[in-house]
Amino acid sequence: MAIEIKVPQLPESVADATLVTWHKQAGQTVSRDENLADLETDKVVLEVPAPVNGVLKELRIVAGTSVTSGQVLAVLEEGAAATAAPAAAPKPAAAPAAKPASAPAAGNDKLAPSVRRMVEEKQLDPAKIPATGRDGRITKGDVVEFLDKPAAAAASNKPAAAPAPAVGAAGRQDQRVPMTRLRARIAERLLEAQQTQAQLTTFNEIDLKAVMDVRAKYKDTFEKKHGVKLGFMSFFVKAAVEALKKFPVVNASVEGNDIVYHEYYDIGVAVSTERGLMVPVLRDADLQSYADIEKNIGAYATRAREGKITIEELTGGTFSITNGGTFGSLLSTPIVNMPQSAILGMHATKERPVVVNGQIEIRPMMYVALSYDHRIIDGREAVQFLVAIKDGLEDPARLLLGV
Amino acid sequence: MASEYDVIVIGGGPAGYPAAIRAAQNKLKVACIDEWKNKDGSAVFGGTCTNAGCIPSKALLESSELYHKTKDELGVHGIKVSGVSFDVAQMQKRKTGIVKASTTGIAMLLKSAGVTPLQGHGKLLAGRKVEFTAHDGKKETLSAKHIVLASGSIPAELKSMPFDGKNIVDNWGALDFDSVPKKLAVVGAGIIGLELGSVWRRLGSEVVILEALDTFLALADQGLAKEAARHFKKQAIDIKLGAKVSGAKPTASGVEVTYADASGSQTINVDKLIVCVGRRPYTGNLLADGTGVQIDDKGFIKVDDHCKTTAENVWAVGDCVRGPMLAHKAKDEGVMVGDMIAGKYGHMNYDTIPSVIYTAPEIAWVGQTEEQVKATGRPYKIGQFPFAASGRARAMESTAGFVKLIAAQDDDEVLGVHIIGPLAGELIAEAVLAMEYSASSEDLQRTIHAHPTLSEALHEAALAADKRAIDNINR
Repeated sequence: MAIEIKVPQLPESVADATLVTWHKQAGQTVSRDENLADLETDKVVLEVPAPVNGVLKELRIVAGTSVTSGQVLAVLEEGAAATAAPAAAPKPAAAPAAKPASAPAAGNDKLAPSVRRMVEEKQLDPAKIPATGRDGRITKGDVVEFLDKPAAAAASNKPAAAPAPAVGAAGRQDQRVPMTRLRARIAERLLEAQQTQAQLTTFNEIDLKAVMDVRAKYKDTFEKKHGVKLGFMSFFVKAAVEALKKFPVVNASVEGNDIVYHEYYDIGVAVSTERGLMVPVLRDADLQSYADIEKNIGAYATRAREGKITIEELTGGTFSITNGGTFGSLLSTPIVNMPQSAILGMHATKERPVVVNGQIEIRPMMYVALSYDHRIIDGREAVQFLVAIKDGLEDPARLLLGV
Repeated sequence: MASEYDVIVIGGGPAGYPAAIRAAQNKLKVACIDEWKNKDGSAVFGGTCTNAGCIPSKALLESSELYHKTKDELGVHGIKVSGVSFDVAQMQKRKTGIVKASTTGIAMLLKSAGVTPLQGHGKLLAGRKVEFTAHDGKKETLSAKHIVLASGSIPAELKSMPFDGKNIVDNWGALDFDSVPKKLAVVGAGIIGLELGSVWRRLGSEVVILEALDTFLALADQGLAKEAARHFKKQAIDIKLGAKVSGAKPTASGVEVTYADASGSQTINVDKLIVCVGRRPYTGNLLADGTGVQIDDKGFIKVDDHCKTTAENVWAVGDCVRGPMLAHKAKDEGVMVGDMIAGKYGHMNYDTIPSVIYTAPEIAWVGQTEEQVKATGRPYKIGQFPFAASGRARAMESTAGFVKLIAAQDDDEVLGVHIIGPLAGELIAEAVLAMEYSASSEDLQRTIHAHPTLSEALHEAALAADKRAIDNINR
């Protein structure tokens, strides 16, 4: 029975998606849940799993095309056995002698003669080459382009003006790589934030000794009881929530000429992935326990790296926390994650000599930054907000008591 | 007769009957209305192609070419020929028989597919109703969920030389001459003009073709056009370029044709004048008010890429819509619509429609001409292989012409293939298939072609594009 493979229902906030790569070609056998193609949206990459075992009959959409919810991507013939094999050209006769090691992939006999040659000569994996030919076939042009721009995920369709890579003297070539959709979207949003808000950053420093002492004392018990490590993030999230309660405007957003105060605390925690920065949201962080927060952050980090974060998980935060310290940053000025109005930047913890009660002591110090939208958050509030976070972390009893 | 259908196709020519058959194959209830009547009064399907175009012209071209070959070209084989003569009536009889076999065949196909054939006139009314008037005058109103308009085209007539059905004729008339005109003038050196001019030239007419444009075969690759012009000249077909015909009037013995060229006004007297300056879409009495179907300023029914008109569930295909007026384009549009109406996938690739001129040597092409590629600015390479270097062609004594292949420099994609020579119309099919798969010249280079065949010429032309031809010197 022929089954239409359609674009999954895209969330409301997403208009369309780009079919970036076909992982299977027409004529190939697929098994249930096997990923057929990657669909890239502004925020995430979605997979298109095969609903049943069968043979992929027809690819209707060419890689690089924009698609919308429900659009038919391909037709899958349910059931076993690829009947496609016999149609292939007689491989041994044409191929130059016995060179089995080279050409990878089951689809070798479905490749055009020129593609077969190039794949073998350059030891390429056809599965990695974006295909623009009929039924998802790889054309010679696809291979040529792939070799010119190996990093690009997007395939280009018969360009009217040929994409010529800039050629300098031997060894000094430029490599022109189109932005992935995700990267382009990130770029767009960052620019939008800077051009819309009156952003500036205020700094402070936090003595993390108190937090570290609590951690040292309870981390084993915590892990045993809750099954998750006690990190720093839960403290920061809790401190941020308490500060947001004291200064509600930092938890608000600008909409037109209105300030929208959110009566909930959805804290975004930035996670860095290969594709770019993602900020999944901890919903109702004020109601989550420390263990919940640690668990959720850990889960998000893993899933973000696997490309499995959903769009719902990335939208709707009211405040964000980013940590450049994991990479060694001492101080920075993060950009606000619109439509939020502020973002807390954490940095590397460094042991520094500081003065405590008139004495010099070595303390684990962290610089923190608060970038904020000055249109609705005044300097005094921003500074005091950051001080509230500092106070909450330097004296955790405050978080306990809500003062 | 039922009055409600899933699909009513108005027009039973090369666009209409395939649409009807495909829709019926998709298990829809289909009726196909066709109003064609031949000169003998018989009502038949098949439209212009079968009755007044493709089929009869190919029959005459074949007969006339054989006569010419027999008379002039068999000596080299050692075949001695004498007393060869020609019987126009017999040639026409054979042609009529072939046309009849074709139209009967189409009627059988429609019947076998379960399509209801309705012979008479169909007029689309609002709300997808059709007023059907049978040839006996009986009227009936039918309705359908989908309508396919496939009313075709008619020869363009010039006011300065209206058809008189005797000596000033259109292409249909030219196919029916009962004797070989001594002197024949043709207005328009397009595909039809060249084919008809060839037929009668071979049978002994003195042929002059008057072409208004200064360029011969402007739509074709100019390398191809130049080669073709050379051969037509050798055949003593007089093609005058830049000759704008201003009028023609019937005389006692034939027609007096007046035209103007670079040297001024000219007058010639001929026995017959064929006017083939193009065809225009035929939508006369097809659409009542309120159907919602729009016509553009050139008279074509407005459609999108999938042949949908501006009216819901009304489609239009073939010569009555935009695009090359070719039977195979009509057919594939009809089939596409027959599938789409049934909710299936349908698609037309307008970039890979081949064109064929059935002269000798035959001419065929697909894709872009060298001029078109140059205009895009995309660097290209050319591979050419002359049939003179083909063993098969030599054996056939058909060494005129060549295969010319154009490919992109950047990714080797085949952009166009142009063939002049024996069986060009058949050979072009491989090029069309290759281009459908976005093949590169290397793909053609690495595909085995049987030897000795004419098809090898395409193989060698592809190799020549990379200066690696085996059976020709690479320059």
